[in-house]
Amino acid sequence: MKFPALFSRIAFSTLAALIGAAFALPLLWFLFAPFNARAELGLAIPDPFTLSNFNTVFGNGFAMQALWNSLIQAVGGVILVGAAATLAAYALSRSSIPGKGAVTYILLLFSSVVSGSAAMVPIFLIISAAGLMDTHLAVILTFAGGLLPTAMFILRDFIDSIPKSYEESAMVAGASPVQAFFDVALPVIRPGIVVIVVWSFVNIWGSFLIPFILLRSSANMPAAVAIYSFYSEAGTPVVTLLAAYSLIYSLPVVALYLFVSWRFGFRFFGGIKA
Amino acid sequence: MASVAFSKVTKSFGEFKAVSDVSFDIGDGEFVCLLGPSGCGKTTSLRMIAGLETPTSGQVMIGGEDVTHFHPKDRNIAMVFQDYALYPHMNLADNIAYPLKVRGEAVSKRHARAKEVADVLKIGHLLDRLPSQISGGQQQRTSLARALVYPAQVYLFDEPLSNLDAKLRLEARGFLNHLQRDMGMTAVYVTHDQAEAMALATRIAVMDQGRIVQYASPIEIYRRPATTFVANFVGNPPMNLVEVEATKDDGKLQLKADSLTIAALPMTDAIGTALAAGSKLTLGIRPEHLDVAGAGAPNTITAPLFANENMGPESLVTIDRGEGARVTARIFTDDHIALGETVTLGFAADHVHLFDSAGKRIPGING
Repeated sequence: MKFPALFSRIAFSTLAALIGAAFALPLLWFLFAPFNARAELGLAIPDPFTLSNFNTVFGNGFAMQALWNSLIQAVGGVILVGAAATLAAYALSRSSIPGKGAVTYILLLFSSVVSGSAAMVPIFLIISAAGLMDTHLAVILTFAGGLLPTAMFILRDFIDSIPKSYEESAMVAGASPVQAFFDVALPVIRPGIVVIVVWSFVNIWGSFLIPFILLRSSANMPAAVAIYSFYSEAGTPVVTLLAAYSLIYSLPVVALYLFVSWRFGFRFFGGIKA
Repeated sequence: MASVAFSKVTKSFGEFKAVSDVSFDIGDGEFVCLLGPSGCGKTTSLRMIAGLETPTSGQVMIGGEDVTHFHPKDRNIAMVFQDYALYPHMNLADNIAYPLKVRGEAVSKRHARAKEVADVLKIGHLLDRLPSQISGGQQQRTSLARALVYPAQVYLFDEPLSNLDAKLRLEARGFLNHLQRDMGMTAVYVTHDQAEAMALATRIAVMDQGRIVQYASPIEIYRRPATTFVANFVGNPPMNLVEVEATKDDGKLQLKADSLTIAALPMTDAIGTALAAGSKLTLGIRPEHLDVAGAGAPNTITAPLFANENMGPESLVTIDRGEGARVTARIFTDDHIALGETVTLGFAADHVHLFDSAGKRIPGING
């Protein structure tokens, strides 16, 4: 290797390492602070290493209830989005409805409005008029409305790339369209559905604004809102508890990713000869 | 097993007529090949028999019953797809047994039957594998096994061998021929490979631009192609076609073209009719009916040598008459033929085919 090339390699690696470190620092704080009884906003290695922060969090009934609420809202939303998007995307992909492309794009355009802050007032009014204020269902429906178009769009693209001959061969073999869908199409498009499930779970799990506006009672608040309770009256964060709770709060998402990449991370193809 | 019939079937996709006004009958136990170039409507026709497409107009009959608007599942047919369409999440046993599963057979019974069929097709040892874990030839046989696992009225094949390499294709073709002899199944087989059609079919329907150009036995299609299209499509290499200027002279037919010498042919009524429509005829000679000619041969084509390919048992000698008009001779010799710059190919008068100015065969020239 010539000297200038070597020099530029070293310079590049150094720069990359610096940028990497800048991004790694907050993550390191996130890993160290929960185990530090005197955690502050600065990065410090816990001394002594302690679980006392977690003891306090687990003793906080409101915080624990909030995690449960997050789970209800996220799982409810995921089931609704997953089921509706799969059926809708399958129909949009396989049927010959005129203008189906336009429908998808218009929905996609509006979806960024529906779950965005611009639509907060109308959403509030609709939910209020429907008598769903302060219910899990209000949050689930709002998220489903916001996430469905994008989910449909992603899934339709995925299903478009799967040859029709899978279902056709099933129907020729004697299966009804419904049987062909459940026996053959659904298992083949499962990797696409998994993407939608993870994506919508993460979206709902991490969302603050919609539940904050649509929910009143502390018994229904999800974790993203509950983190707010780890602030003192004066508005300064209780860093020790905040750190411990944040770690617990992020675990389900990490666990979901790990589970999915272990169980569905591979893609099985090979039944179709291209 | 059952017969199949098309009666004035038309299928349009928007403005485009994929199949236009096609009628044909397939007898019980017949193996019919739909042969033609891509886009000729052969696959669309097959899909209408399967029920995967609905005709725009006309009727499709299976076993004498009008099934035009039946769902595929209600037709009791079996189909092998070009891309095999094996279910990637099921092992081979479940793939092969799927038609039995939807017919409500018990697991043990359907797996026993799948094993039986798989053994015949020599994939019995692979039943617990996934489709992605077997070779292309094995995938092809799996899709065939899935079609054979239950007794269907009609077996449909959509270019099932086109994804195999040449050697496997020959092997699979032989097996299909054997299967047809064994089972006497009614089969409709779509292909663009004329050799496959010749080898397998009891009758071939040659299709072009959504219509059937000729529907006859392979031998008939080879010996008496109905049009220049069929002549040019069937045969390997295809028939040589030479455009000629025809004149009636002294009660005989004189044919003239650059580099061609041909003795006068006897006139017939059919030739007279053809001449009335136009004097530009097409002369057809199959490559296997051409040979290197000696001096004084009556019927010859003389042109510069273009290629001389020795294939082992035969040689393909191609001469170039100019402007891409080439004539190929198939000469059966296992020796390399030494040829000069210019080659004269000769043929016998009873191997001549004649087509009129519209490309239709003039009957009665030879057979």
